[in-house]
Amino acid sequence: MEQLFFYIFSIVAIVSAILVVSVRNPVHSALYLIICFLQVAAMFVLLRSPFLAAVQVFIYVGAVMVLFLFAVMVLDLGKERLKDSMHSQSILGGALAIVLFFIAFYLVYNGDIVAPLGAYTETALMKNTEVIGAALYTKYIYPFEVVSLILLVALVGAITLVMRHKDN
Amino acid sequence: MNLASLNINIYSLLPLLMVVGLALFVLVLDFFIPRGGKRALGYVSALGLVCILPFVPMFIETVPSYAGFVIADTYSAFFNVVFLVSSAFAIFISIDYLRRLGSESGEYYYIMLFATAGMMIMASANDLIGLYVGLELMSMSFYILVALRPGKGAEGALKYFVLGAMSSGILLYGISFAYGFSGTTNVNEMAAIVYRLPDNNTYLYLALALIGAGFAFKIAAFPFHVWSPDAYEGAPTPVTALLSVGSKAAAFAVFLRVFAVALPAFHGQWSDMLWVISAATMIFGSVVAIPQKNIIRMLAYSSIAHAGVILMGIVVNSSAGASAVLYYSLVYAFMNVGAFTVAALASRGDGGEQLTDLRGLASRRPWLAFFMALFMVSLAGIPPTAGFMAKFFVLASAVHAGYYWLAVIAVISTAIALFFYARVIFYMYMRDYEGAELPERSLFTCVTYGVVLILTAVGTLALGVYPSAILDIAVRAVGPLFTI
Repeated sequence: MEQLFFYIFSIVAIVSAILVVSVRNPVHSALYLIICFLQVAAMFVLLRSPFLAAVQVFIYVGAVMVLFLFAVMVLDLGKERLKDSMHSQSILGGALAIVLFFIAFYLVYNGDIVAPLGAYTETALMKNTEVIGAALYTKYIYPFEVVSLILLVALVGAITLVMRHKDN
Repeated sequence: MNLASLNINIYSLLPLLMVVGLALFVLVLDFFIPRGGKRALGYVSALGLVCILPFVPMFIETVPSYAGFVIADTYSAFFNVVFLVSSAFAIFISIDYLRRLGSESGEYYYIMLFATAGMMIMASANDLIGLYVGLELMSMSFYILVALRPGKGAEGALKYFVLGAMSSGILLYGISFAYGFSGTTNVNEMAAIVYRLPDNNTYLYLALALIGAGFAFKIAAFPFHVWSPDAYEGAPTPVTALLSVGSKAAAFAVFLRVFAVALPAFHGQWSDMLWVISAATMIFGSVVAIPQKNIIRMLAYSSIAHAGVILMGIVVNSSAGASAVLYYSLVYAFMNVGAFTVAALASRGDGGEQLTDLRGLASRRPWLAFFMALFMVSLAGIPPTAGFMAKFFVLASAVHAGYYWLAVIAVISTAIALFFYARVIFYMYMRDYEGAELPERSLFTCVTYGVVLILTAVGTLALGVYPSAILDIAVRAVGPLFTI
């Protein structure tokens, strides 16, 4: 049963991901990206990580994609604009993607890539959010604080660059 | 997890906290200073860094703190000194550079300080996640700094940002594989687990290749170098100086720590990969620097070639090689910041730093030409300058470990590189002066640049004539890496 759902979610995710890069209208590809993100969120639920699934929906589907759609609409990106900027690299890029895909397929098929089980048991995972929160504020307190600096720099940088543009 | 096992130790982070505190202080001060007086922030930042410098060697903690995320050992202290010195120099020359560019701003200075803080986080990172957040803090600051030059900055910043973001993705992908095979991101725990792994572990190979590629992007090694000439050319020249010295040194610090501490058991595998990258980088940087017309682009390719040479010290994976990497980083900080200072000063103000601008410089500005010649000689690796000693130590460690072919390639690339360094000296001394008179410099300009040039020149010469003092410190600094 679980495997069936996994295959449904992953097939929909792959199909929508292909549609993201192949449709011409940027708004449509943004919408397909939302479908792709939702499938990934569903897979997180299958992996017993409801917190990650919720975050995936809130942040990626909610905040990031809305911003993305806003940007597309405000900048009024025309159709096929993306294709113009590809130059002649699409063949090379496609070839590289196929090579990478075959390497990944070969490794998975041979059983070279097997994921070892994590440190958390099913019972520990029931308190998913609690586990993440506790880890974030104890073991990962140092990188957590550094991330706040990164956000500060990003905020200052975004404002600075936009305001300079306005001055000119 | 109880709190005691986290080993919260404020002293291990004190130099870093001081730099972050300085940055926040400058950020707040920025609100109270009127538009015309932003240069005061530059003095506060540069002098603040100089004041923090003596504290760095005072707080050495050999035990990892913050749940194993931070290690403030002698190794990270050495690199912190390199970062603080090069950052103080870069901020000092920025003060006049920004005034001439007409884009004085307070943000510039504190983002520069945040970049320095990011480098310090990288050098003292004992965990792949800690390393990554430090790298992001540094890169994020540099993306903004590169874009701060009016006109050309945007193009360089965009290229740097897109490729930098991609390289961060590759690095994270590699880190995820490393977590996959070891179940930990801590460098020491990984070292203990890696010994028990079978030889042909696919996860490990993927992790090695991806982490290696991610770091190679940051040190601008061939074939991951494409962003560097454009970013260097587009950035304000003092930022370029810090980008080529500080960010590279930080990347080498984590490169060495991850490969030498966490994965020494697989030295056979990763040294082959880095051997090829190192050799290709040296040859490519030296050859492509020759046709460059722009002095910043030439220095960018020269910087690529130097990264290849420094990489040799990591390939060797011995105490001698690692200490040569540290020594080289310090020497490179002096000579490259010096070279960029002259480039910033010699540009005619129209935005381009063409090599032909230097024609006949010796007749108009004899001291400036002399300093430039000294830095070029040092970058080329000619005795008695520090550039020679740095190259010598790296080559000696490679020969000692039996990497004869790599050493031969390094010598050949150095010989090729001599051509374009010598051409700069040729332009300055053998050609007649052309074009408009150089604008008169105010006394203020002369003093600020003079201080930086004299200090970098003294560093370049002193480290070359009497290298043993610093080399001893470097050998002791890499001690913690090779005892476990």
